Amino acid sequence: MEVVRSQSHRKFSPNDVVTTIPLYRSAPPLQVRLEDFELFAMDRLRVLKGISDALSRGKKPEEMQKLVKDLWKSNMRHQQASEVVNKDIISHFVLRLVYCRTEDLRKWFLSMETALFRYRFRLESAEAQRAFLVEFGLPYRTISNAEFETMKDKLGQVARSIGQPLPTADAIFYQVPFQEVPELVAGRKVFINQGFAYVAMNQVVSLLAPQFRSHLSKALILTNRKWTSTTREQEKDRLTPIVEALCSSYLGPDYSQPREYAEISLKDIDQVARRSFPLCMRHLYEKLREDHHLKHGGRMQLGLFLKGVGLNLDDALAFWRAEFSHKIGLERFEKEYAYNIRHSYGKEGKRADYTPFSCHKIITTTPGVGDHHGCPYRHFSEENLRAALSRMGVNSRAMEDVMDKVRNRHYQLACTLTFEALHGLPCDAGINHPNQYFSDSQKILQPKKDSSA
Amino acid sequence: MAGEEAQNGRDDMQIDRPEPHLPDEFNPNYLKVYYGKLFPYGDMFRWMSYGNDGKHPGCDSSYFSRREFAYTTGEDTFWRYQSFDSEAQFEKSIKQNCPFKIDIGPVYTVEPAKRNAYAQGDGNNVFTPVERELIFDIDISDYDDVRYCCSGADVCLACWPLMTIAIKVIDCSLRDDFGFKHILWAYSGRRGVHCWVCDSSARRLTNEQRAAIADYFHVYTGNENSQKKVSLTGFALHPFLVRSYNEVLKNFFETKLLISQNILSCEERYEKILDMIPDSSVTSELRGKWQDKRRSSNTKEDINIVRWEQLKQLLQSGRQRAQGLRRCVEEIVFSFTYPRLDMAVSKSMNHLLKAPFCVHPKTGRICVPIDPKRCEEFDPTAVPTLSQVLDELNQEGSRADANLELSRTSLGNAIRVFRSSFLEPLLKACKEEIESSFSAKLQNSRDSLNW
Repeated sequence: MEVVRSQSHRKFSPNDVVTTIPLYRSAPPLQVRLEDFELFAMDRLRVLKGISDALSRGKKPEEMQKLVKDLWKSNMRHQQASEVVNKDIISHFVLRLVYCRTEDLRKWFLSMETALFRYRFRLESAEAQRAFLVEFGLPYRTISNAEFETMKDKLGQVARSIGQPLPTADAIFYQVPFQEVPELVAGRKVFINQGFAYVAMNQVVSLLAPQFRSHLSKALILTNRKWTSTTREQEKDRLTPIVEALCSSYLGPDYSQPREYAEISLKDIDQVARRSFPLCMRHLYEKLREDHHLKHGGRMQLGLFLKGVGLNLDDALAFWRAEFSHKIGLERFEKEYAYNIRHSYGKEGKRADYTPFSCHKIITTTPGVGDHHGCPYRHFSEENLRAALSRMGVNSRAMEDVMDKVRNRHYQLACTLTFEALHGLPCDAGINHPNQYFSDSQKILQPKKDSSA
Repeated sequence: MAGEEAQNGRDDMQIDRPEPHLPDEFNPNYLKVYYGKLFPYGDMFRWMSYGNDGKHPGCDSSYFSRREFAYTTGEDTFWRYQSFDSEAQFEKSIKQNCPFKIDIGPVYTVEPAKRNAYAQGDGNNVFTPVERELIFDIDISDYDDVRYCCSGADVCLACWPLMTIAIKVIDCSLRDDFGFKHILWAYSGRRGVHCWVCDSSARRLTNEQRAAIADYFHVYTGNENSQKKVSLTGFALHPFLVRSYNEVLKNFFETKLLISQNILSCEERYEKILDMIPDSSVTSELRGKWQDKRRSSNTKEDINIVRWEQLKQLLQSGRQRAQGLRRCVEEIVFSFTYPRLDMAVSKSMNHLLKAPFCVHPKTGRICVPIDPKRCEEFDPTAVPTLSQVLDELNQEGSRADANLELSRTSLGNAIRVFRSSFLEPLLKACKEEIESSFSAKLQNSRDSLNW
């Protein structure tokens, strides 16, 4: 925070930086003009927002790599070359202020900054990467030649399984506790033996990113404490309004509270589901009607969506009760399920008011045996998806466009095309949230209904 | 569910003088006797204390009391956040409440029973989980698409090998890959197995690390709306999958499941396998061979094995080494054998899991430990039931002390397995750890004093 408050006139010397990626360990003692404060932050936000959109579209790592490179180039330039690093650092620290203030903001910022770090690190040259590692001070040892020989076969198997060239004798492998590289463990991208993972040089970013993230996470908590205790009040005429405006202008709307078309009633729900539910919710809804049951993941996804759509707690209880009691009886419903529904409305347990799931969250879940939740565009087989789309009334020409997006893993674009095909109107903003699909659909359908009435 | 049976049993059963040869079903009055005379409180307490019940100054005396237990009682109510200061209190509470099911939760920052007293206004919640065994839950009902003998919650000796495979694959990887040593496997009482990894490093894993391990084990990707069940990509398999395949899956598939499940015996079943081969010339050739009944009925060999050999030969012969087919045989074997975990259970610290030595209210079977070294010998249909162990107890009369009674029942054997294969090595390691971390701490403070 001192970044804006410090009156010192020292300039940040480029000699302090070995690589072009700063560690952001402490706010630099710089003087920043108020306009730059805001402009730099907006520029960085464009980068982060671009990353966020791309991630929720399920872009592949190679695509992300290129995208981040372009985003960074187009937004983070500065007419003076010497100021580029400063702009990077200042914008980062300003956004810390902006995004430190709630759990959700922190979570979003952490994910996006970590993703940004990851792809920027990959873009660096091998020497710059090594220099960064030295500066970062990784506390792990590399394996000796003799050790390499003993596990050469296994390391080779792993490399081939992830499409990497076979490691040569001079390849560097870090020996780290498996706990340090969860994403490499989860993807079976490393050889693991007796609790140690063997991380190749080209995977080292997976070792750095969690450390970067945890450092930033702690820093955000501290920033938040300082912000709420002193800074907000001190800066209430100067920075506070800027900071508060910055995040709301860029995060999508909050669907935790039902919006304009609030309140759907139980008797309309069938009709509304047919006309305005996105496929993921429609599928869950139909399965619920058919089987009178949904597993936990499905109940959460559909239940929170309905909450966002405007089904109040009493109606929600009545709705789920009516379905579930067919199968398991009223008594078991009250005992085993009613609690969870009240819980998701913030009436039980820790009383958190849960928000409906976004497309990003739904796309990244992994439905298992017996599950119907998830994103149909991602999780259905082609055959099942085609059948579901044609039941919805998507014609064959639009169907091919949708399937084309699906094959390229643009699940949200596929959903957007479905929306357009069914409503006969363009949806320029794209679909980012099932509740957005719903409200956009209602916006289109509602006036028609009124005029015909 | 169990509530109804509870009603039936209450009137005609006498607790004090149980009749010989008790009827087989579950009965809350038997449960009372079980909790009164047989349930191994001491072993459970020593396990859950992880050496902190000792006299050593390095012991954390609050450790056991910060553990959450949850009861499901006869009226089907669920009581979370039970916690106990001592073994005596633990025992007393269970005897008093006679829960149909006891679940074990995480160790929290403060005693779960007093969590409200510690709450400091909103936001600053000090009540959070800090330690929890790494747990796995495998249910045979998740394998319904690859077993033909039973479905749902039923199991038999023909499909149980699926659980044996799961134990072997997961246990081996937990030990060899992740370096864990203290692993308890237990029968869940009806349709599956539970696994508790109890090393201190396992208990301290973050949710993210737990999820990573669960994902490492996760190969099966089918859901209700997609047929593709297992997808093995890349030019080679990860060493863990190679080992699982070579040492466990292949053998179990070819010598056990293929025959016991009649995987290729009729059209409906072999079509399911042909669906997994993405090359129509191969599938039509096989279909041609298999539809011709005369030719196959002449051989003496089991039809499943004959067909499997034909399939393998065709897929692995020189001319079929094409891109997509390279992995087909492996994919089929993985689909039919590879463990299917309930991922949600393993991924977060505060998931509850049923305690070993509970009695399953539907089957009356006791959740006994399974020795992973001898898991092939485990027979779920021979697991002692509540009425069986009470029967054994009655036949012996009830004079001697509790420990002797234990050893006479078939439960005694289960407890011996628990102690020798799990609890004793675990407590030895815990003791060493407590001592060494204490002396390290002492050394540290001495150093800073000298300085």
